[in-house]
Amino acid sequence: MKLIILNDYQQASEWAAKYIRNKILMFNPGPERYFTMGLPTGSTPLGCYKKLIEYYKNGEISFQYVKTFNMDEYVGLPRDHPESYHSFMWNNFFKHVDIRAENTHILDGNAADLQAECEAFEKKITAAGGIELFVGGIGPDGHIAFNEPGSSLVSRTRVKTLAQDTINANARFFNGDLSKVPTMALTVGVGTVMDAKEVMILITGAHKAFALYKAIEEGVNHMWTVSAFQQHPQTVFVCDEDATLELRVKTVKYFKGKMNTQSVLYYLLKHIACTMNIDFDYKHPMAMY
Amino acid sequence: MTKLYRIFTNAELTARVQTSSTCHIFKSEGKQTKMPSNKSVSDAPITRFINGTILREHTLQREDLWVRDGSILNPEKLFYDEQGFADELVNCEGTIIAPGFIDTQINGGFGVDFSQLSENVPENVSLVAKKILEHGVTSFCPTLVSSPPVVYHQVLPQIKVQEGGPDGAGVLGVHLEGPFISAQKKGAHPEHCLRTFSSRPTEDLMEVYGDLGNVAIVTLAPEMDNSQSAVKELCRRGVTVSLGHSAANLSQAEEAVRGGASFITHLFNAMLPFHHRDPGIVGLLTTDQVPPPRTVYYGMIADGIHTNPAALRIAHRAHPSGLVLVTDAITAMGLPPGQHMLGQQIIEIKGLHAYVAGTTTLCGSIATMDMCVRHFWQATGCKAEEALEAASLHPAQLLGIARKGRLDYGADADLIVLDDKLNVKSTYISGEEVWRKPEQR
Repeated sequence: MKLIILNDYQQASEWAAKYIRNKILMFNPGPERYFTMGLPTGSTPLGCYKKLIEYYKNGEISFQYVKTFNMDEYVGLPRDHPESYHSFMWNNFFKHVDIRAENTHILDGNAADLQAECEAFEKKITAAGGIELFVGGIGPDGHIAFNEPGSSLVSRTRVKTLAQDTINANARFFNGDLSKVPTMALTVGVGTVMDAKEVMILITGAHKAFALYKAIEEGVNHMWTVSAFQQHPQTVFVCDEDATLELRVKTVKYFKGKMNTQSVLYYLLKHIACTMNIDFDYKHPMAMY
Repeated sequence: MTKLYRIFTNAELTARVQTSSTCHIFKSEGKQTKMPSNKSVSDAPITRFINGTILREHTLQREDLWVRDGSILNPEKLFYDEQGFADELVNCEGTIIAPGFIDTQINGGFGVDFSQLSENVPENVSLVAKKILEHGVTSFCPTLVSSPPVVYHQVLPQIKVQEGGPDGAGVLGVHLEGPFISAQKKGAHPEHCLRTFSSRPTEDLMEVYGDLGNVAIVTLAPEMDNSQSAVKELCRRGVTVSLGHSAANLSQAEEAVRGGASFITHLFNAMLPFHHRDPGIVGLLTTDQVPPPRTVYYGMIADGIHTNPAALRIAHRAHPSGLVLVTDAITAMGLPPGQHMLGQQIIEIKGLHAYVAGTTTLCGSIATMDMCVRHFWQATGCKAEEALEAASLHPAQLLGIARKGRLDYGADADLIVLDDKLNVKSTYISGEEVWRKPEQR
C-alpha cells in the first residue's frame, strides 16, 4: 500500500488527476486496447475531475479509448434527477471530455430486474478485461461505494439498503425532505473493486480522519469496509493533511519519508538518463513527487 | 546536500513533468470536425457549438449548445438514451450565443413600406426578411399603419405566416397598428383612415381587415365605444391585442387587459403622458388589477431618439419582465445616409435620424434591432442578459410562442452569435447559418 499525503484538498486532487493521466498515457490505449477505470461520485473526487478536464482541454489526454464503470447509483431515482449519479457524471465529467457514451457504464437504478442489472454489470466489467484502475472515495464510516459497515468483504455488485446515517446525510440534497431520499442503491461489491489491478482511494478532510486511521492502522474489518484494501496488491491512498489527523505521527512521517526518497530517486534517474541521452519515461505514475 | 534537496521540491518536479510536453494528442483539432454519426433516433446530423457562452434561464453561462433537426437538443439524453455524439463542432471562440431577436413592430425598411399597395408584397416582405438577418432578427411581425380597407384586403392575404430559413427571417404574423385608434393620438397615421367601432365590432373588424388569418397583433385604442367586445373577439381568435395610439385612462386600459389585451404599443409614444392622479396606459406597468400569472408586456423604441434614456430606465425598473424592444422601423431603415425618395416625400438620413428633407421633423425610426439592444443595454445599465431577453424571450412570451426566444431543450435553434459588445457576428435559423459578418481585413 502507498499513502500519499499532500498539503490540502487542491493538491490531493491534482496529484490524483496526474496519476490517472499518467496511467492512461503509459497504457497507451487504442481501438484494440481500452483503458478501463472505475469511477466514484461525491464531493471528494470533484477536484480530481476538474483537473482531468483541464488536461483534456490542454490536449494532454483523451478519453476516446477509455471505458468507465461507476461504483453505484440510487434505486428508483429518475435518471435525469439532479442528484442521480448519471446527472453527476454527465455534469461533472462526461460532457466536458471526449468519452463516448457506449464506453461509459453506470448501474441503472430503474431497471425492471435490479438483480439482473447487477449481474450484467459484473459481466460487462469482465468483458472489458477487468478494471485497470479503480478510483474510489470513502464515507466517514469507512464505506467504499455503498458497501456500508458490515458489508461482506467479498461482496459483488448488488442491491443494498442504505444505512439510516447515509439517508439522513443525503437529505440535504433533497430539500431536507427525508421521504424523497432514496433508501436503496445498486453498488459494486468490495470484491468487485478488489479485482481491479490497481485501486486509488481519495480521502480528504478532518471528518474522514478516523476512517483513514481505521483503514490503514487497524486490521481488516468488515465494519470499515475500506480496510479490505490492505489485502489488495496495489492500492494507493491519496489524502490531505487533515485526513491524517487520527494517524500516528510515526505513520505519517514514515510515508512522507518514502515520498521524499522516491522523488530523489526519480530525479537522479532522470538526470542520469539525460546525461546518457536515454529517452526517460517521465510519464511514470509516481513521477509527480 | 541542502542545495540538492532544494532542487527536488515537489513543485519543481511537477513543473518539469508539465513542461515536458511530448504528450499524445488524440483530440481532433480544427474548427469543424466530421465524425460518423450515431443514428439510433434520427438521421439528422448533430451540431455542437463549443466554447460559447449561452443565454439560458436568464443567465449567460459557459455551456455547449447542441442542435439537431433545427431544434435544441438535450445532450444528456442524447448521451445516455442514444449513446450519440456530435457530427459537427462549431467553435464559438468565447462569443455569446443568444436566441434570435424577434421584432414585433416593423413597418418596413430597405426602401420597402409594408403599408403600401403593391403588386409584389411577398417580394418586399422577403427583401426585408433577408436584410434583417444581419441585425440578428430571426422572426418578425410586418406592421401596417392605419390604412384604407382596400389595403388590408389586398395586402394581408399576401403576407403569410412562415418559418424562417436561409432566405430570411420567419414571419410570425402581421401587426395591424390601427385603424381603430384615437384621432387625438394618431401620431403619423393618416386621419382619414381612422375608424371607430359600431355596435357590432366583430363585423367592423371583418369589414376593415377582411381576413385575420395572418394577423398576430392588433393595436387599438381601448377608450373607444364597443372596443371591449372587439378586444374579446380578437383574443378569442388568438390575436394579441395591444393598446396604443390612445388617450385611455388607467381604468379603461385595465378593463381592456381584463378582457384579454396583453401588450402596449410603443410605451410613452402616442398616449397620455404619465399623471400621478391618472397614470393612463403607462400605469399598466405597475397596476394591481392584472390577475397574477398574467403580465402586461410593453414595446419600447430604444433608438436613443424616440425615447429619452431616463424614460427607458423608468419603464425598465418598474416592470423589467414585460419590456419588449421594437424597432418601429420605417422604409428608410437600412438605407445609406443622404436623400431618398420615399412615397411622395423626400427624406434625408443623417446618422440615426431620418428627417423630412430640409426640415428637422423626424419621420420615423431607422434604428435596427441590434442597435436598439445595445442602446438599451448601455442606457439602462442593465445586464446583457436582460437586454437580449427584451428582444427575444419577452416578445416570444408576448406572442405565446414557447419554442422561440429561448435556448431551452426542444426550442427552435434560431440563434445569434454576438461579441462581448453585443455586435452580431452570425445568425442561425433552425440550426442553419443564414448570415455571417464578413471578415474584417
